[in-house]
Amino acid sequence: MLRGLPAPVPDLDTQPFWDGCEAGKFLVPECSVCGARRWPPGPMCPVCRSTETTWIESTGRGSVYSWLVVHHPVNPVLADQVPYVVAMIDLEEGVRVVGNVEGCEPGEIVAGLPVDLVFETHEDGMQIPNFRAARR
Amino acid sequence: MPEGLRDKAAVVGIGETEYSKNSGRTELALACEAIKKAADDAGISLDEIDGLVRYDYDLIDEVALTTHAGLKNLRWMSHTGYGGTGGNAVIVHAAAAIAAGVADTVVCYRALNERSGRRYGQADFRHLLESGGQQAFQAPWGMLAPVHQFGQFASRHMIEYGTTSRQFGEVAVTLRRHASMNPRAMMRTPITIEDHQSSRLIAAPLRLFDCCIESDGACAVIVTRADRARGGRNAPAWIMGAAQGSGSRALGIVFRESLAVPESVYTARDVYRSAGVGPEEIDAVMIYDHFTPFVIISLEAYGFCKPGEGGPFVEGGRIAYDGELPVNTHGGNHSEAYIHGLPHVIEAVRQLRGTSTAQVEGAEVVLSCSSVAQLSAAVILRKD
Repeated sequence: MLRGLPAPVPDLDTQPFWDGCEAGKFLVPECSVCGARRWPPGPMCPVCRSTETTWIESTGRGSVYSWLVVHHPVNPVLADQVPYVVAMIDLEEGVRVVGNVEGCEPGEIVAGLPVDLVFETHEDGMQIPNFRAARR
Repeated sequence: MPEGLRDKAAVVGIGETEYSKNSGRTELALACEAIKKAADDAGISLDEIDGLVRYDYDLIDEVALTTHAGLKNLRWMSHTGYGGTGGNAVIVHAAAAIAAGVADTVVCYRALNERSGRRYGQADFRHLLESGGQQAFQAPWGMLAPVHQFGQFASRHMIEYGTTSRQFGEVAVTLRRHASMNPRAMMRTPITIEDHQSSRLIAAPLRLFDCCIESDGACAVIVTRADRARGGRNAPAWIMGAAQGSGSRALGIVFRESLAVPESVYTARDVYRSAGVGPEEIDAVMIYDHFTPFVIISLEAYGFCKPGEGGPFVEGGRIAYDGELPVNTHGGNHSEAYIHGLPHVIEAVRQLRGTSTAQVEGAEVVLSCSSVAQLSAAVILRKD
């Protein structure tokens, strides 16, 4: 994963997700009443407005929806880390999340490329979910 | 009542400072100059202003502004969201306040030291950390600057519709051509498609010449009640229609059902209803062009072509001032200056006054709009 970027700051709405990461799980918030899944995590179901949330564990399988290959470092800490890929990933659970696509050359990425979840350790010690090109 | 704002108010004054990379002045000083110039342009005293609208991103202390500009007769103030859609949203707010009778003459402004001060194109970690929840789902993977978010729309447009980088280049070449005719513009050297194609990659597929510039400067616009609009120094530009809103997803720029369709499809519907006209009545369009693909995406959202046809639509000079549908005749954020979209409204007014440096023959109805994300806004102005 990229180095030198700030660790995510959990808040009361997102703490269960980050706690899941520490346990090696990518937890998706699902409405306990209507079953709608949402991303990013938030306090209320945008479909039925229930505030009851069930956190379901993702299979970790996804595919590339869109992606960029970042060449220009927008901060000096990125100067020796470009180019890097930042992508939108569709998870099997029906939510779309941000991640890097590792384990392949940027030029090999196509829309729909299958990816698998991995966990990486931030310099501050937090577990951060990320994605690698799948060999399946 | 969609026609509730129709012809209730008009833009009667416009003011701009010089646009530069380093103003050497405070944003407060820039705002004061632009506001005074707009009042002079309208032929009114600042004492007549009783309403004030600012952007949500504005960093000026509002008390400092009202104090130093001597705005002593204010009866109403508001802030608009969201970000770059503010250029149109400030006009929507002003028109709404006037229609409601809570203000008669409203000044809208934007002042930025966006090049010499806090640059939007650079990552401000302190800001990201303070943001907590939302940013935590983008920043750790290097989604740090607007280009990393809005570039995803470009990627998806290419995937779904086969839009090409050369088509983004068509937009860049046209906007630069307009800027080359505009003495206020910061970037006036004409470019070719090949120049665009050889400009460095910022976040592929987006290149340097797909990105707007960063600027220092300020703009102000004065909006007044219908019965006061005539008799000033310039012909009024009537606010035919104005709309602001969002659709279903507002969970951040990139977290939405489709990144090929912007939030502005809802605003497009509402602004046309508000004005009682459709895209076929529009003579020129000012589009918030933070990145060239958003000209293409906006042309689709506002009904000038079908979804997916925006790429071919911009080819062959169609969006040039002497083309079929002139777009950003001032050069836009891309080449004139980046003052967060307010110059687009000013250019719409110039077109209706007949004073643009890339004047569109017979311009009578002009749309100013944005396709950012989340909250969006648009106005339709017409000639007196």
